[in-house]
Amino acid sequence: MTRLPEIIQKYESEILADWMKEQLAAVRRRDLMNDVELREQCTALLRELARATVGGGVDTNSPAFETIRKMLSDISASRARQGFTPTETAVFVFSLKQPLVTRIRKEIGNDTVALFDELWNSNLLIDKLGLFTSEAYVKSREQIIARQQEEMLELSTPVVKLWDGILALPLIGTLDSARTQVVMESLLNAIVATNSRVAIIDITGVPTVDTLVAQHLLKTITAARLMGAECIISGVRPQIAQTIVHLGINLSDIITKSKLADAFALALQRSGRTVVKAGLQEQKPNANGQLVEENASRGVKG
Amino acid sequence: MERIPILRMGNFLLVTIQVDMHDKLAMTLQDDLTKAIADFDSRGVLIDISTLEIVDSFIGRMLANIAAMSRVLDAETVLVGMQPAVAITLVELGMSLPGVRTALNVESGMELLQESVGSFHMSMNDGSAET
Repeated sequence: MTRLPEIIQKYESEILADWMKEQLAAVRRRDLMNDVELREQCTALLRELARATVGGGVDTNSPAFETIRKMLSDISASRARQGFTPTETAVFVFSLKQPLVTRIRKEIGNDTVALFDELWNSNLLIDKLGLFTSEAYVKSREQIIARQQEEMLELSTPVVKLWDGILALPLIGTLDSARTQVVMESLLNAIVATNSRVAIIDITGVPTVDTLVAQHLLKTITAARLMGAECIISGVRPQIAQTIVHLGINLSDIITKSKLADAFALALQRSGRTVVKAGLQEQKPNANGQLVEENASRGVKG
Repeated sequence: MERIPILRMGNFLLVTIQVDMHDKLAMTLQDDLTKAIADFDSRGVLIDISTLEIVDSFIGRMLANIAAMSRVLDAETVLVGMQPAVAITLVELGMSLPGVRTALNVESGMELLQESVGSFHMSMNDGSAET
């Protein structure tokens, strides 16, 4: 039978003061959390700890510790979000060890067997709670990462319609297999939906092109070709052109352009349209008898 | 026996695959189509697979074979209306069908055929092959 609840209750305010002191000595994160808030968390946890150990058990998986587990996971989750490091989060629990051990020694005194048992119990308890806190911290961090990944996946694949029958797919960020799958599907579906014959894949925002990225691009282009649409790669930067050649990637069957504008001009040309200055066309009807579309400085005929 | 109809449109043949392709059906189609090209002296084949939802490596190879056979018989093949899922599957299977021409729908497929072979052969056939 452990005397922990009795000791905690008896010395509550002393343990609390020492605990706070320990924490502030180990990590000073006043920028992230004020002392009042910290004191509230510590008080609540200490009270709950005294209540949970009343039955004599120090098994943190038992139902008596349900509230503590909930409390600790909430604290870890909020700290993970606030930007505390794993150490700082673990110290919150581990720094309770020293104040607790001091009080145990003071209370039990010279009875070595009882003292050893009590120390062992408290050690076990704090270690388990500490591990639980770390695990909860990591879990909430992983959740954050997974959510951000999902958001990136959604953000990064817009298919833009540039003109009737011309699509553009501006790629931003590194291409991995999962993203390529999403990119490929959204592009192919857009081709069917808009009945587009030309798709421009702009890789200005892709930081590096390695063999894997190139292979992904080639797959997308081949799939589009199978459906009857032609793909143009644009936004090839000089370094990327060098990398592609050095890696021995064969892009000779694919039209590549350095600027999106060049690719768009080619796409217009392929669909039988030309870009002319509005001044030269003065609302002259074209071959189909329609008026030439106009904007401020130039229009596109077709 | 189940067959896929082959329609004759002037110099071209139109094949619309509207049922699930099983291997036997594919073989029959190959036979029928090559025979039709030879019989009608066709210059182009248009295969519409817009309702085809499931494809495997056999069907992929069959499509490539049909294109190659047609070319031997001096006819262009255009594959039209492939669904995105089918295109992705074929690419993942490593079948990019390099010799096959493709188009988004029957209309643009016909335009493509006319551009590549139609005008030349039509003018040639106008005098000689009139019935």
